[in-house]
Amino acid sequence: MTPPRRRRRDPEQQPPPEPAPAGPGGKEGEQRQPERLYILTGATDGGERASIDLVTLIVTCADPQPTATPEQSALLRLCRSPLSVAEISAYLGLPFSVVTLLLTDLLAAELVQARAPVVRKATPDRSLLEAVMHGLEKL
Amino acid sequence: MDWKSSDPVVPGPRTEEHLPHTARAAVKIVIVGGFGVGKTTMVGSVSEIRPLTTEETMTQAGIGVDDNFGSDSKTATTVAMDFGRISITEQLVLYLFGTPGQERFWFLWNGLFEGALGAVVLLDTRRLEVSFDVIGRLEERGVPFVVAVNSFPGAPRHPMRELRAALDLSDEIPIVECDARRRASGRDVLLTLMRFLHSPATARAPL
Repeated sequence: MTPPRRRRRDPEQQPPPEPAPAGPGGKEGEQRQPERLYILTGATDGGERASIDLVTLIVTCADPQPTATPEQSALLRLCRSPLSVAEISAYLGLPFSVVTLLLTDLLAAELVQARAPVVRKATPDRSLLEAVMHGLEKL
Repeated sequence: MDWKSSDPVVPGPRTEEHLPHTARAAVKIVIVGGFGVGKTTMVGSVSEIRPLTTEETMTQAGIGVDDNFGSDSKTATTVAMDFGRISITEQLVLYLFGTPGQERFWFLWNGLFEGALGAVVLLDTRRLEVSFDVIGRLEERGVPFVVAVNSFPGAPRHPMRELRAALDLSDEIPIVECDARRRASGRDVLLTLMRFLHSPATARAPL
């Protein structure tokens, strides 16, 4: 049986149609999200966002203030040991973008610390790739 | 979703699932493929934690589908994504993302592919064509990927040469067979991707 056939695409010929901002912040369409999300996070302007990735590791570095919202307190309790933003989103049951907003406030208040993800660069870091390879080989 | 929940008990990682305080950095790999090809299965088989689900809310206006001509209503769509984790060293953590559902949404998920080491395209030879769009989108974005054929019982087995031609893949892109249910097999697929990324040809390729 002959399988169906695909035609190759080229990055130069067809650039991705969606804009690709540097971080998860500031994407178009977020302003159209339900207002309650902003109420939840306390961010009303919809403006400044911290550059937070799904795999940014978050660690709590201070106790919640008495004024902290239940979501902020829950997040601070959760991150007593390092946890990725994706895991925080999963455990709190909140969308990624809402967690990003929560974290923006907590980072500004220096209640949490963010450990930046290692991103793929134009020239891949070979020692990083080797570390991942060796880690997988031990699995 | 119940935003206003006042339940003080928030589920969290089990004791054995805590990352060490030395964890400093994380990398990610995305597992893509058509519906039902075993992406979640593969994430679950290699993950050291119970697979978790994160989600993102997107508006219909943002996904290029608009059936509501002349209407102001924007429908919010929730896109869910399963993920797992592998501790590489005391400092370095690998996250694996695999998503159920409609693939056209993932590419709008801000930051999912940005900074990812690469992707695994999981295939079911009974429905090769469901992966065509995904492979094309990875090519457009310049995300390096390998192809893994999930060996379902009774699925047609094409010679690799024929499969490569059908997928219109260049010779350097690895195609491997796997059993997404088996941890060792899933790990070998990830290793194939890492070796591909490490190869001089890929290292030279532009983003």
